[in-house]
Amino acid sequence: MAPMQDQQRDYVLRTVEERGIRLVRLWFTDVLGTLKSFAISPAEMENAMNDGMSFDGSSIDGYSRVQESDVLALPDANTFEVLPWADTKGAEARVFCDIAKLDGTPFDGDPRQVLKRNLNAAREKGYSFYIAPDIEYFYFAPPDGTNKPVPLDEGGFFDLTSTDIASSLRKETIRTLETMSIPVEYSFHEDAPSQHEIDLRHTDALTMADSVMTFRFVVKEIAALHNVHATFMPKPLENIQGSGMHLHLSLFKGEENAFYSADDPYNLSPTAKCFMAGLLRHAAEITAVTNQTVNSYKRLVPGFEAPVHISWARNNRSGLIRVPIPKRGSESATRLEYRSPDPACNPYLAFSVILAAGLRGIEQGYELPKEADSNLFEMSDSELEKLSIQQLPQSLSDALRVMENSSLVAEALGEHIFEWFLRNKRHEWRSYKTHISEYELGRYLKSL
Amino acid sequence: MTRLVAPGAEQPGQKILVFPSPAPVDVARTLDLAGYCWKAVSGGEEATKHEPMDGWAGAVVVCDDDPEGAWALCRSLRKRAIPVGHVLVLINGVQLPDLDLRDDLFDDFCLTPFHPRELEARMRHMYWTEAKVGRESLVEYSGLVLNLETYQASFGGQPLDLTYMEYELLKFLAQNPGKVFSRETLLSRVWGYEYFGGARTVDVHIRRLRAKLGEEHANLIQTVRSVGYRFGQSKWSA
Repeated sequence: MAPMQDQQRDYVLRTVEERGIRLVRLWFTDVLGTLKSFAISPAEMENAMNDGMSFDGSSIDGYSRVQESDVLALPDANTFEVLPWADTKGAEARVFCDIAKLDGTPFDGDPRQVLKRNLNAAREKGYSFYIAPDIEYFYFAPPDGTNKPVPLDEGGFFDLTSTDIASSLRKETIRTLETMSIPVEYSFHEDAPSQHEIDLRHTDALTMADSVMTFRFVVKEIAALHNVHATFMPKPLENIQGSGMHLHLSLFKGEENAFYSADDPYNLSPTAKCFMAGLLRHAAEITAVTNQTVNSYKRLVPGFEAPVHISWARNNRSGLIRVPIPKRGSESATRLEYRSPDPACNPYLAFSVILAAGLRGIEQGYELPKEADSNLFEMSDSELEKLSIQQLPQSLSDALRVMENSSLVAEALGEHIFEWFLRNKRHEWRSYKTHISEYELGRYLKSL
Repeated sequence: MTRLVAPGAEQPGQKILVFPSPAPVDVARTLDLAGYCWKAVSGGEEATKHEPMDGWAGAVVVCDDDPEGAWALCRSLRKRAIPVGHVLVLINGVQLPDLDLRDDLFDDFCLTPFHPRELEARMRHMYWTEAKVGRESLVEYSGLVLNLETYQASFGGQPLDLTYMEYELLKFLAQNPGKVFSRETLLSRVWGYEYFGGARTVDVHIRRLRAKLGEEHANLIQTVRSVGYRFGQSKWSA
């Protein structure tokens, strides 16, 4: 073991001892992006760091295999963090884990390992991939069994005005995030009732995927402490804009932003243009991953500032990719904003396919289509066709059909996850398709 | 402002002398990773010129290319007003006979090419006698306390929960208050290994440290435009 890892391990073990840590939670993620955790006692920690902790993976979504169901959780000491909401019984800590097969090689059902593999491919070309997400979510009254979302803003739920409650919840959330190494850039109440947005500072993609997992956990946890339900469901309220997770993307080569060029009117380097062209060409293929629920596609409709068309522009919020204008002199802020993903995605897999699509564009020198700077929602189909602007998939079913034929997505995710994901999501679609909705009953029951 | 109790490794104020200048890359890297503060000199004259106020804490003298210069330097180190107590000589197999009758000029030796862990172990051992005297090693700077023994950090008496890399970065900065470091220097001194983040990682961690130090103290780590970062006040601006 390298000295660096020795020191990291010592650091973790000493901290466990000095801070009187009562439980260490080992965190990892299933293929659908759900945070999984099991706790070990501090006495086990040294063991876990040296040899990993084995567990039965067959109960985890997307891990199941016929032959080898036992896998190893290997703590990534770099992510060890004391949890800020210690109770009186003593402090707890968490550490993200990589999942490995019993022989120590990466387990191909582990999304974190998938992202690492994709980031390594980028690093071999000299790039580090940076992401800053703007995450939207809703605060609702706690579910009462009817599954009807009740916005906090709808009077009477709290004695204080709900704006006060929601903004103090948000403040507490931000404070907690910052003590957990997740700096926040902005936060605000969104246009929709009860909707909030928190924008995170950019970091390398692996740290950011971990941060998104922590973020979702912290937001829900702190809301629950105040008897409020936080949700990342993409479109919980009809006729009101849904929750997206816009991703600000950049590639760095050493200290230089590879997307920046002083010579271009938009300050975009040829690398940035090829990356963007890659994202546009493969956008439909990766949509099932960035928007993985039936509900995701109810957000991607015209009229709600969510993208519908596969296009880019410098400043057009109806497009899929926006090129934000950085402040003068801040080259490092040159970036692309990819606007379709929603916060219910699996960040490890979403970041993997986005990176793969962009890198493919660079590798093959794709040409960037023309900018679409007019409002696409107001254009007729024939006008769009003239500009050869395609639409994003309209449903989970559409998205899966496109993904199925994508060698890019199969490569980026690996066969194991690719196949399991398609199988699982087709099943989800089938069970949705046979569901008779209130909409149908209201519209057809009496009239037909 | 900085109070340092323990000797040897982790001792920022006390400098180790390295011969020749520039220092061989593998020696420099090993010392950096082990957290030593050092300065390369090309001979006795420079050793005098760069001598710290409280004298050199020790010396690592590499004989390989210039054995004569190396031994001359060793002799001069022993004759100083503040004699250098810990002299480690790096020597290759062919030069071994040179050690004869020179026992007074060095405290320990290590064969080149060396294993980094051997050099580190020999350095640590050389300072062990002194280390037994003051066990605790603290770095303090206006309310910030880092205990280098237990890896614990606190601010204003409150524990500061840091990830390993945040701790290492803060330690490095707090041990060198007032000095400006470029991102590249910080990356090679603190990280010293390949990491997904590349050079931007430094900015990310600085931002995280500032967030954890809290708004009032975030300016403990200052951005020096187009150069890098500085911890605490500059010597010249105070």
